[in-house]
Amino acid sequence: MNKMILVEAKLFLREPGALIFAIMLPLGLLLGLGMIPDFQEASPEMGGQRVIDNHLPAMMTILAVVTMALTVLPGTLAAYREAGVLRRMSTTPVSPFRLLVAQLVNNLVIAVIATALLIGLSNLVHGTPLPGSPLAFAGVFLLGTASMFGLGLLIAALAPTAKAAPGVGSILMFPLLFMAGMWIPRELMPDLVRQIGDFLPMAPFAQALRDTWAGNAPQMLHLIVMAATLAVTGGLAARFFRWQ
Amino acid sequence: MKVIEVSNLRKRYNDRFVVDDVSFTVEEGEIFGVLGPNGAGKTTTVECVAGLRTPDSGAVKVLGGLSGEKLKEKLGVQLQSSALPERLKVWEALDLYASFYKVSVDPMALIERVGLADKRNTRYGKLSGGQQQRLSIALALVGNPRVAILDELTTGLDPQARRDTWELIEQIRADGVTIVLVTHFMEEAERLCDRIALIDSGKVVAIDSPEGLISRIDHQQTVRFRVSGRLDDAVLKALPEVSGVHRDGDRIEVTGDGNLLLAITTTLAGAGVVPADLRVEQATLDDAFLALTGKKITNGDAR
Repeated sequence: MNKMILVEAKLFLREPGALIFAIMLPLGLLLGLGMIPDFQEASPEMGGQRVIDNHLPAMMTILAVVTMALTVLPGTLAAYREAGVLRRMSTTPVSPFRLLVAQLVNNLVIAVIATALLIGLSNLVHGTPLPGSPLAFAGVFLLGTASMFGLGLLIAALAPTAKAAPGVGSILMFPLLFMAGMWIPRELMPDLVRQIGDFLPMAPFAQALRDTWAGNAPQMLHLIVMAATLAVTGGLAARFFRWQ
Repeated sequence: MKVIEVSNLRKRYNDRFVVDDVSFTVEEGEIFGVLGPNGAGKTTTVECVAGLRTPDSGAVKVLGGLSGEKLKEKLGVQLQSSALPERLKVWEALDLYASFYKVSVDPMALIERVGLADKRNTRYGKLSGGQQQRLSIALALVGNPRVAILDELTTGLDPQARRDTWELIEQIRADGVTIVLVTHFMEEAERLCDRIALIDSGKVVAIDSPEGLISRIDHQQTVRFRVSGRLDDAVLKALPEVSGVHRDGDRIEVTGDGNLLLAITTTLAGAGVVPADLRVEQATLDDAFLALTGKKITNGDAR
């Protein structure tokens, strides 16, 4: 198993485009947008918080995670299926399921690295406070990332071709990012839009990251929606995933 | 000893039986060919043997009835259209696949063996078609299998790469590995296989050695020549070896069997006729397939 994870990690590093995109784009946006003077001022609409206190860093964390989960992961798995990589493995005593696990481990590691860089550099450059409830933050991060990976696996399971997989992922990604507050903070959304968002896969993850970043407890509803997303997408992916 | 026993295998996709009552056995140490046109059900048959598909009915017994992981430890499989990640290097692929088996052969020795020693650090995507196939064969052998199933191994290879691959297969058999070779190339089957199951439309048409299959055709040889002097066809027709004489101007084509050439030249000498441009053509598996199924295989497709 270790060898497989290592080999998959090497392959990741040989194709650094996706990695650079997933890590550098959110980091660059965070450091760049954080320079905007308005974002460094306490804002009454945001309940007296600064945008760079937790809204912007949490959004960029989400962006890094979902880039891996919804485009890189399904793209790789669908390409492996299409080329017959999974089919070849199924002729050996080792199940291709392990390859899937190795992929998940590597994607998780990259998401963790990206998040650590976002937290650390934002703290150094913009004075963003470190997550106020570190344990709850880590728990929310893991649960939310797992739910996004579940969605990514479902895309990989249902995508008709290798090329379609990351495309489907992107199409899903943008409305979900919108609901999560990527372009308009959730505080400024109409109540109805925000309440719909509470029941979609990505907004609860974003809000729970922000809550724990600010040192508050996450809302139970958000944890339940994340867990339900994981259970439903994971279950459907397991049901529909084709190895060839 | 029988290493594979397939009896009355049937497999249906939608409403069509792609494998329809197929039975055969493979003996230890032989190269057994599964020969037929595209869509004949060859691949589905061997996928059932390899435990990758579940037959609708019939029985498959490999190595005395192994199944699941135990079967996959002892059975090497190289399937059509199964690639590797483009950026995976040759040695990494073999090293990784070796780790899948309880007992494996030394990956570096195997790289040497299939002639990829100077390509060990090359990425899969940068290998030529022939090199990819040789790596593919190596992956099927890395678990030190007793039986190897090789499916459409030389499709898309140039003639030289094809010959190299054939030599490799003969070496592997010499090591005692039983080989099931799926192919639509008559020449390949004729050159490599000890016995062949001829498959058409999901059914076994015949199982025999290549020579045995060819000997089932009536006229196995054709002798062509030109004559300058006068020759009465009846003299040739009277020979017991001859089954037919066809004349086109001064060109004569005689079909028959047995020691046809000797019979004809003796008769011609007796009649004082000297043949020019004398040619003998032996019947091939192509002719046998045509005679047995009424179809010809062109580029893998039956017509």
